[in-house]
Amino acid sequence: MRYLFYPGCSLDGSALEYKRSMTAVLEALGSEVAEIPEWTCCGASAASVVSDLLGHVLPARNLALAEQIDEDMTIIAACSACYANFRRTGQAVQADPALLERINRALEVEDLTYRGKAQVRHLMDVLANDFSTEEIEARVERPLTGLVVAPYYGCQTVRPFSPYDDDQAPTSMPPILEALSATVHRHNREASCCGTSVLMTKQEAGVSMVAEVLDGCDGADCLAAICPMCQLNMEGYQDRASKVLGRQVNLPVLFLPQLMGLAFGLSDDVLMLERHMVPVTPVLSRLQQAAPAAAG
Amino acid sequence: MAAPEVMDLTKVGRDPTFSDRLGGDGKLVHRCIQCGTCTASCPASAAMDISPRQMWRMVQLGLVDEVLESTTMWLCSLCYQCQVRCPRGIPLTETITYLKQTAMKEGLVSSRQSGAFYRAFADVMRRYGRNREMEFMVRYFMKGNPLTAFKFVRMGTVMMMRGKVHLELPVDREGRSLEKLFRRVAELEAEA
Ligand code: SF4
Ligand code: SF4
Repeated sequence: MRYLFYPGCSLDGSALEYKRSMTAVLEALGSEVAEIPEWTCCGASAASVVSDLLGHVLPARNLALAEQIDEDMTIIAACSACYANFRRTGQAVQADPALLERINRALEVEDLTYRGKAQVRHLMDVLANDFSTEEIEARVERPLTGLVVAPYYGCQTVRPFSPYDDDQAPTSMPPILEALSATVHRHNREASCCGTSVLMTKQEAGVSMVAEVLDGCDGADCLAAICPMCQLNMEGYQDRASKVLGRQVNLPVLFLPQLMGLAFGLSDDVLMLERHMVPVTPVLSRLQQAAPAAAG
Repeated sequence: MAAPEVMDLTKVGRDPTFSDRLGGDGKLVHRCIQCGTCTASCPASAAMDISPRQMWRMVQLGLVDEVLESTTMWLCSLCYQCQVRCPRGIPLTETITYLKQTAMKEGLVSSRQSGAFYRAFADVMRRYGRNREMEFMVRYFMKGNPLTAFKFVRMGTVMMMRGKVHLELPVDREGRSLEKLFRRVAELEAEA
């Protein structure tokens, strides 16, 4: 499969390890991934608050760039906020051709035209539905035997646009984790919100959202995240959330492609495990413990 | 939730066209049957001064000031849980974006701190085309309450140590600036 890829601001900054590991994992599975050249910010949660039109023009600019390359090629978004913005604009122009015209009057200054054709899918969707579990399993060199992983989708990965999974109780991750020989820790906060930008604007309220998710993951060795915002918040506010919970939580938060890459035996320079704020050493030592046992 | 138990509607200013003016499908708020599913689903409701259910009723009644001055919309994390669960099919999360727009246009006190976040973010997008985390945080703290910055110092330090935050300023600023596009959007918005 060939894909276009929209990294978004986080994957080029704080979540570089997500970008590296997802690209490497998709390539290991025999796919080609090309980054959309000259992409710009999708507008995040801010643009549509500033202006309606801006909230559509910023995603549309990137979709127009992708259509210029190939309008039939799937675009992968790995950040859930970017994903939701793209789907939202795609859906809005289907319902309202006048909006598409307005968007294009704005894009004129960039010599771009958005046709409303580009198809954006979440990385979660692509990983779960474009590759069979057999294909994934066949690539495993270092099974994650004994590692207990809690899936964590967050909100906009599956809401409000979830053509590929349930928006309340998603099930995309467990088959992948099982194909890596990991043990899945199901919990009832898998599709709960990480607090997103509330952690920037009203920190206390955001921290209690983080605490609830971490509490749900109690018993796991690590979380598997599939959105840069979720990952950052679950790691960065873990100490503050520990105070809310009244117990010290030490849960490494890895990106799903990092776990896949670990199992595929990919190198450290694509996994970048040393970048994590909550050290991943417990995950690695768990795998080392399991390795001789599995061999014996 | 500190909303008054009883409110004498004959003694407060009301604008029954409030939800129609909000933009988008704001008028659908009139469908609300006060079932409370939104409040029960909301991860932030405990921190809000007015619960989502109460707020939607106040929107129906046109209690403009009370709604726009409440903290409710600013605590919303856009998780879409209320929107996908509302049995009346009201696009609640999207309507909250319109409430934020309105509060910011009217320059209300409630919007000062959180509004600064959105404005700072938009400034960085406009100038660099992409969001540079470090510059964004600095601008945000300058526009809002600088004391908030202290809450981030610890996390910021750890992030820098791990190479997660970049200190350098973008050099290719001209190349990706969205200045022209932002200006065009503003012109088109003014036309409408
Ligand atoms: S879930 Fe919908 S119908 Fe029920 S109270 Fe909330 S807005 Fe009203
Ligand atoms: S979208 Fe906002 S108001 Fe609705 S449940 Fe989520 S945080 Fe609460």
